[in-house]
Amino acid sequence: MPFILILIAIAGAIFAAGRWFGSSYAFFMGYVVLQYIVLGTAWNILGGYTGYVNFGVTAFFAIGAYSTVVLNKLVPAMPLPLMILIGGAMAGLVGLGTGYLTLRLRGVFFSIATLALAVVVQTLITNWDFVGGARGAYVLRPRIAPLIGGEYVQYLFLIMLGLCVIVLATARAIERSALGYGFAAIRDDEGAAEASGVPTLRLKLIATGLSGGFMGMAGAPLPFYVTYLDPASGFNLNYAVNAIAMPLIGGTSSWLGPVVGAILVGGLQEYLRVTISSAVNVLVAGVLMVAFVILAPQGIVGLFQRKKR
Amino acid sequence: MDASLDLLLNALISGLLLGGFYAAVSIGVAISFGLLDVVNIAHPAFILLGSYVAFLGNTVLGIDPILAALIAMPAFYFLGMLAYQVYYVAFERRDDQSIRGLSFFFGLLFITEVALVLVFGVDYRTVQARYIGATINLGLFDLPLRLLVPFLVSMAMVTVLQLFLSRTFIGRAIQAVAQDQLALRLMAANPIKIKRIAFGLSIATASLAGAFLIIIQPVEPSIGREYIGRVFAICVLGGLGSFPGMVIAAMTLGIAESLTATFFGPSWAPAVAFSILLITLAVRPSGILGR
Amino acid sequence: MTALLRVEGLGKRFGGFVALEAIDLDVQQGERLGLIGPNGSGKSTLVNCICGTLRNESGRVRFGEEALDGLSAHQRTRRGLARSFQLPRPFGSLSLIENVRIPILYTVNARPGAGVGAGAIETRCLELLSQVGLADKADLRPRDLTQIEMRKLELARAMATDPKLLIADEAMAGLSHAEVDEIIALLIRLNGQGVTVIMIEHIMRAVMEFSQRLAVLVAGRKIADGPPQEVVRNPDVVRAYLGE
Repeated sequence: MPFILILIAIAGAIFAAGRWFGSSYAFFMGYVVLQYIVLGTAWNILGGYTGYVNFGVTAFFAIGAYSTVVLNKLVPAMPLPLMILIGGAMAGLVGLGTGYLTLRLRGVFFSIATLALAVVVQTLITNWDFVGGARGAYVLRPRIAPLIGGEYVQYLFLIMLGLCVIVLATARAIERSALGYGFAAIRDDEGAAEASGVPTLRLKLIATGLSGGFMGMAGAPLPFYVTYLDPASGFNLNYAVNAIAMPLIGGTSSWLGPVVGAILVGGLQEYLRVTISSAVNVLVAGVLMVAFVILAPQGIVGLFQRKKR
Repeated sequence: MDASLDLLLNALISGLLLGGFYAAVSIGVAISFGLLDVVNIAHPAFILLGSYVAFLGNTVLGIDPILAALIAMPAFYFLGMLAYQVYYVAFERRDDQSIRGLSFFFGLLFITEVALVLVFGVDYRTVQARYIGATINLGLFDLPLRLLVPFLVSMAMVTVLQLFLSRTFIGRAIQAVAQDQLALRLMAANPIKIKRIAFGLSIATASLAGAFLIIIQPVEPSIGREYIGRVFAICVLGGLGSFPGMVIAAMTLGIAESLTATFFGPSWAPAVAFSILLITLAVRPSGILGR
Repeated sequence: MTALLRVEGLGKRFGGFVALEAIDLDVQQGERLGLIGPNGSGKSTLVNCICGTLRNESGRVRFGEEALDGLSAHQRTRRGLARSFQLPRPFGSLSLIENVRIPILYTVNARPGAGVGAGAIETRCLELLSQVGLADKADLRPRDLTQIEMRKLELARAMATDPKLLIADEAMAGLSHAEVDEIIALLIRLNGQGVTVIMIEHIMRAVMEFSQRLAVLVAGRKIADGPPQEVVRNPDVVRAYLGE
C-alpha cells in the first residue's frame, strides 16, 4: 500500500511542478514520456516477467486509440476515463484471443503471430470507413480541461500520470506476488513450472490480457493528443520499437527498468528531435536497443544492481 | 466467355506466379528458421536492402535488376555470415535466444528501415527492364512477364538450393545441424561454421528476392513489414524446413491473396497471410506436409 | 489394498514409432519401486505420460481414487504426483529459496483449505533446503551449484509440492560413488516419511540397494516385474541387458 501512496505523491508533485512551470510544451513532452512508461511497463509484464515477446504493440495501442475515435463519434459526451477503460478492455480481449490460439506452442510462434497481428489490425482499420479508413479521422480536442481548468493537454497529462501510477503499482504488486513467481518460473523453464504446479497456460493468458489491456489504455487518449489520427501514424513502428527498447535498455527484471528506459530514451529522443532531426531521433531507440541486448543484457538497472553486490 | 470465370482464371494464374515470388521471399527463412532454428524476423529488411541494391544497379549502372542481384549475392552472403556471428556470440552461446535474440533481429529490422528512409527517402522506387510491362496473351489468360520472370528464376533458385542441400556434403551437414550437433562433430564438421554458411546462404537469397520485389511492385522502405507475416505464414504452413512444403504453401498464399484482391479489393490482401498463419498455428502447427 | 498409482494398458506412439505398448504397472502406497531398462526403452516416456507432460493414446492412469487422464501436468502435481527431471531444470534467474518457494505457492497453497502464511513459507523453504543440505546456499543462484547440489535442488523442489508419490528420473547419473550413496540415503529417508518413490536409474548398485520391487522396460514393453533378486536373474532381462 505505501508504495502506491509514494507514487501518487510523486505524481502529484510532478503535476504541481508542471502547473507552476506553466508551459504547454512541457505538458506535451511530458505526456509522451509518461505514455512510454505505460507502454514499456505493459510490454514488460509479458516480455520481461513471462519471457514472451510481443512485437504487435502497435496493434494493441491502436485498438485503444481507435476505440476512442469510435466512442467519441457515437457518444461525444463520454468522459475520457471511461473511454480508456473500454479501449483497454478491447485491447485486452484481442490479447487474450491471440494468446489463446498461439500460447500452447513455442514462444516464437506467439511473437510471430503478434507481428502479423499488427498488419491485420492495420488492414482492418484502413478498410473501415467509419473511422476514416486510410484518410484518417479528425478528433476535436476540447479547449478547456474538465475538473482542473487550464489547457486540455494538462488534463491529458494528468490522466496519463494516473495511468502510470496504476500500471506501475500493478507491475510491482505482480513482482511480489505468487503471480510474479509463476511468471518467472514460466520464463525460466515452462516444463519445470508445470511440474511445480504452475498453471502455465492460464498465467500466460493473464499476462497477455493485462499487458494488451494496458497498451490499449495507453493508446486511448492519443486521438485527443494528436487531434488527427490515420493508420500510418497510429500504427507507427516507433511505438513498438520504443515499447520494447525502453524495458530492454532500462532492465526487464523489475518495474523500475521500463521507467528508467522511458525517461532516458524518451528524453534523449526529444532532445535529438529539437537539435538534429526527427529522422535521427527514431534511430536512437533501435540502435540503443541492439547495443544493450548485445553488450548489457541486464539493462541499466541490472548494471547498478551488479555494482551494489 | 463468362466474365467472372475469366477473372477467376486470371486471378489463379497471377496468384500462382505471385506464389513463385513468395517462395523466393520465404526460402531464406525456411533455411534460417526451419533448418537452423534462428528466428530471423529481420529477413524482410534484407530483402528490401536487395531491392535497393537492384535499384542502384539498374539506375546508376544501367544493368538488369536480376543481374545486379546476382552480382550482389556474394556481398549478401558475407553480410549474413557476419549477422550470424554476432547472433551466435551475443545470444546463442549465452543461451539467450528468446527475448534478447528476437529483439536483436527486431532492432535490425527497424534500423535497416530507418536507414533506408534516411538514404532513399519515402518515395516509391521502380526499376526498368524490357520484361516489365510486357504480357504474353494465351487467349484464355494473360501471362504478365513482370510476374513470370521472377517466378521462373525463383523456381530455379529453389531447385538449385534443394539439390545443394540433398547432394553435397555441406548441404547434408546443414540439414543435420538442427537435429544432431553431436553427429556433426563426429563427422569432423564444426556446427557453428555450418550454421554460419547456411545463414549466409539464407541472406544471399534475399538479394534475388529483393530484385524480384522491385520488379513486381514499386518499393518504399516500410513495405518490408508486410512480408513478415507472409513469410512466416508460408514457412509455418509449409512445415518448417521443408522446401517442397514451403513452395506449395507459397503458391497457396499467392492464390488466396490474388483471389481476395480480385473479389474483395487489394487493400484486404495483407490480412490473408495472418489468417492463414493463425489458423495453421491453432489447428495444425506442424504444417500441411507435417506428420 | 488398492494401489496408489495404477497404470493400465498405456500406449504411446511418435508417428510410426511405438514408444510404449500396453504397459501395466501398479505401485502400492509407501513402496520403493525401481524402474530400469536400456536407453530408449521408454522409461522417460512412461514418466512423461504418468505426469501429464505427454498425452498417451491408449490406456489409463489412476492415482489413488482418481483417474488422471485428461488432466494437465500442473493439475497432477497438485494432486500429489511429483517428479524430478533427468537433466536438472532449475529456475535459473531465481535464488534457491525462490526455486522451492514456487512449488509451495502453486501446490500446497493452491489446495483447498491448506493455505500457508508468508512466514511459514519461508520456514518451510529453509527446512526443505536443509533436508538436502543446501540451507546455507539459499540465496545463491542455481548456476553457482555443483552437479550434485543441482540434483539435490531438483529433489528439494519436487519435495516442496508435498507429494504422495515422487518419481526420481535418473537423479544420480554422472555422480561419484559417495554422492550416489548420499542421494540413495536421501530418497530412503523421504520414503520413511511416507512418500512412495519410483526410482529410474541406470546404476544397478543404486537400484538394488534402494528398490523393494523392480520393473524392467525393454523396447516399450514391460518384460519383468517383481522382487529385485528374482528379476535380475530373469533370462529375458539378462538377454536384454547382455544382448542375444
